[in-house]
Amino acid sequence: MTAGRSPRPPWLLTVLLPLLCAVGCGSPAPHQRVVSVWAMGREGAVIAQLLPEFTKLHPDIEVRIQQLPWTAAHQKLLTAFAGEATPDLCQLGNTWIPEFVALKALEPLDRSLARSTAVQASDYFPGIWDTNIIGGTLYGVPWYIDTRLLFYRRDLLAQAGFAEPPRTWAEWSRMLAAIKALVGPERYGVLLPLNEFDTLLVLSIQQPEPLLRADGRYGNFRSAGFHRALGFYREIFQRQWAPPVDSTQISNVWNELGRGYFSFYISGPWNIGEFTRRLPPQQQDTWMTAPMPGPDGPGASIAGGASLVIFRRSRHKAEAWLLLEFLSSPQTQKRFYQLTGDLPPRRSTWRAPELSGNLYARAFREQLERVKPQPKVPEWERIVTDMRLMAERVVHGDLSVEEGARDLDREVDAVLQKRRWLLDRGRTP
Amino acid sequence: MSVSGARVLLHALLLGAAAITLFPLLWMLSVSFMAGGEASAFPPPLLPAHGTLANYRQLFGQQNIGRYLTNSLSLAAMTTLLSLLLNSLAGYAFAKLHFRAREPLLRVLLAALVIPSQVAMLPLFLMMKWLGLVNTYAAVVVPAMAGIFGVFLVRQYALTIPDELLEAARIDGASELRIFTSIVLPALRPILVTLGVFTFLGSWNDFMWPLIVLTDQGLYTLPIALATLSREHVQDNELMMAGAVLTVLPVLALFLSLQRYYIRGILMGSVKG
Amino acid sequence: MRVGYAGWAFAAPALLIITVFFFVPVLSALIVSLTDFDLYALADIRNLRFVGLDNYRQLLHAPQFWRAVANTGYFVAVGVPLSLAASLASALLVNSRLAYFSAFFRTAFFAPVVTTLVAVAVVWRYLLHTRYGLINYALAHVGIHPIDWLGDPHWALPAIILFAVWKNFGYNMVIFMAALHSIPVDLYEAARLDGASRWQELGRITLPMLRPTLLLVSILTVAGYFQLFAEPYVMTQGGPLQSTVSVLYFMYEEGFKWWNLGSASAVAFLLFLMILAVTALQVRLTRDAQAR
Repeated sequence: MTAGRSPRPPWLLTVLLPLLCAVGCGSPAPHQRVVSVWAMGREGAVIAQLLPEFTKLHPDIEVRIQQLPWTAAHQKLLTAFAGEATPDLCQLGNTWIPEFVALKALEPLDRSLARSTAVQASDYFPGIWDTNIIGGTLYGVPWYIDTRLLFYRRDLLAQAGFAEPPRTWAEWSRMLAAIKALVGPERYGVLLPLNEFDTLLVLSIQQPEPLLRADGRYGNFRSAGFHRALGFYREIFQRQWAPPVDSTQISNVWNELGRGYFSFYISGPWNIGEFTRRLPPQQQDTWMTAPMPGPDGPGASIAGGASLVIFRRSRHKAEAWLLLEFLSSPQTQKRFYQLTGDLPPRRSTWRAPELSGNLYARAFREQLERVKPQPKVPEWERIVTDMRLMAERVVHGDLSVEEGARDLDREVDAVLQKRRWLLDRGRTP
Repeated sequence: MSVSGARVLLHALLLGAAAITLFPLLWMLSVSFMAGGEASAFPPPLLPAHGTLANYRQLFGQQNIGRYLTNSLSLAAMTTLLSLLLNSLAGYAFAKLHFRAREPLLRVLLAALVIPSQVAMLPLFLMMKWLGLVNTYAAVVVPAMAGIFGVFLVRQYALTIPDELLEAARIDGASELRIFTSIVLPALRPILVTLGVFTFLGSWNDFMWPLIVLTDQGLYTLPIALATLSREHVQDNELMMAGAVLTVLPVLALFLSLQRYYIRGILMGSVKG
Repeated sequence: MRVGYAGWAFAAPALLIITVFFFVPVLSALIVSLTDFDLYALADIRNLRFVGLDNYRQLLHAPQFWRAVANTGYFVAVGVPLSLAASLASALLVNSRLAYFSAFFRTAFFAPVVTTLVAVAVVWRYLLHTRYGLINYALAHVGIHPIDWLGDPHWALPAIILFAVWKNFGYNMVIFMAALHSIPVDLYEAARLDGASRWQELGRITLPMLRPTLLLVSILTVAGYFQLFAEPYVMTQGGPLQSTVSVLYFMYEEGFKWWNLGSASAVAFLLFLMILAVTALQVRLTRDAQAR
């Protein structure tokens, strides 16, 4: 271009200067001892309250917290990875770990662990610890345990004629039918938001067949077990035991359980805290938790939870590990449990009276005896999302159970195509 | 129908239509002054029982909305200034300065107007990543610094500048830069206001690209912050309305004060074909 | 030649920006759409494969893509005529010789256009709430049962169309008003001397005189409505039952949620082709109508 030989307006540079600043101002200066932490939802809000202790121990480290909403978290993390803008320390759902390991985004933690006295692998529940190990390498330290079970209205269940929560699908069905008869057409037995995959996943994981086959090369959704799970899931909606809504339409699940809009709700430990806080005192003895019912007896649930991971691109790995150790210490975890209701992954923390004395946590402890891991493939988040979309269509009657399972299997096989290609070439996905 | 009958009917229709268009905005304003939970009742209340600023206080206090407001303002201002400069230079050049390949270039630009900007978005992200600009304001501002629409808008207007004026200045020995700053820019003032309002509003309201390219919460613009907040605080109706008011009010005020220029832009833009 | 260099120098910064940040990405999108660029490739570029037209082929066989196309088509086919009708009607009303305060009404009708889409979409989400929303409350007064606007797959897209019409009709109204101004007054006077009614005036003079404007406005509006994204992103997140997933929303999820950049680029090009085809069709139909 001939632009170089002509009079160049010198003020162009002046105008561009603020831009250069904008470029530089985007990221924190590297020489400071700053640890950036991302955490999701409620944990993101609570972590700030734990920090004063840490700052007392390490006054020279500045911690910057960013709170991500759960619905946007996965995507946000991938964008950050693509844009090389990942934080130092991050809360990561343990089913997402394989994906970020495949991206080579996470720092292996075995060496830090070997040197650490604060984090002791033997103190952690082995099932949960294992979800952080991919190909023999440790990539995360469990922060809290998560699984799904029943929250229910004791009083409404009693009114419907049942003294105990259900242990089998059949018992549960009878209760849902009785409650529906009791509360009428405007109210329901259970809330299963259509934009969440958790319940169907729990029902499927209770089946004997694995969800993927051949080392995660293909889907296994044509199995008899998945058919049974999907069929039961559809029946709950078909009989109008559950309203066909998603969670954006139920703006306040806590109030709605209090009002008896539904009597069962399948959720995780954080809701112990939410219900305790949000329901009025006179309603506190009307709700309780119970383990998941299974096809023919007490059922399994998912071995979920979140881990703390350090990103490979971090320039403050030592500081991030210090913060990780602090957040993993039994004292901090006890306090974290008090603030969130999130269940700690360490046996020593469970011995604290706050936890062993909590009525609502008992069901979780029982459930944790029966948790199953999810397949460790990077595509898992996409697969469960496809499963949810399929289930939504089955609930609305667009697809039969057979068609839904068949379509899902085909889609999952397509999603796993690249994984198969990589595996066949001996590369680790 | 008699003239007065027609007039009554006409105004009834006009008032009805105005009520429908303005109602959501007025309701938003009203609910933003309600106490938490007040609007989620049946029948839905129209006016706050006791007006309160609590929502605004919470937004500025706990939700950091002042930060997002500043971000939006500085981003929009920066984009507007830079794009005015670049577009007016180019628009003027395409109208009044003869240079090689001018006409074919003009045709290429005109044809490119039909390509939706989203086509460029995915590689643009990879490019920003490659330049290390993801998660910086530069990623939002730099691609918006010049646009085909802006160049054409200025060009159309600059065509009306009399050539004699420019020739006279050249004969007097003025440099091209000097001619641009002392003759062309003043003559372009009205269209620059128009383009400025357009760019500012466009940048303020822009959603998809900043959503993709800004990951750090501290860099969020108001629309991104509001969309994020509204996913977390679905139940906090009143708080969201206060956020919406803060997002909408600045642009609405800007439009009301510069309405004439804005509408001219629409009309010029629509005759470009 | 001094002026020649100055011309280049003046145009260069803008052209450089447009080339680097628009033309180059558009061309790269074409190349990326022929590869399987995904997360694995992002992690290690050796995992990138050239796949020819596979992305396009797969999309054309994917029911989810076709659902997005159908949703977008529905949005355009219903939304554009509704939007144009509202624009034209309001322009005629405001422009009427009998109207007082036309400046006020013009501003009132135009106000939604300049509002921030995300913000007013949030407002509408509450107005459309099944149980506490004012729209259902108002409908109840005329005996209509509550509609689950954003939760019922049959109603979610119509709700978004209503919102889009409300948000956009003022823009085209302004253009129509200017076009109405330019119709010579003596045409109407002549018609009145012939004893034409108001409706006949509309059919014989106003609409035919507006035809070029109508074509232009409908082309611009169609292109705009094809790019539906922020409304479903804020109001429904594509649900319920994928009933509000537009082509652009599909592209966004494919590209920036699952990072299948190859397939997402193919979606972008297919969207571009769709817009081009519909525009060409519009021009063709108008020409045929004029020829007759």
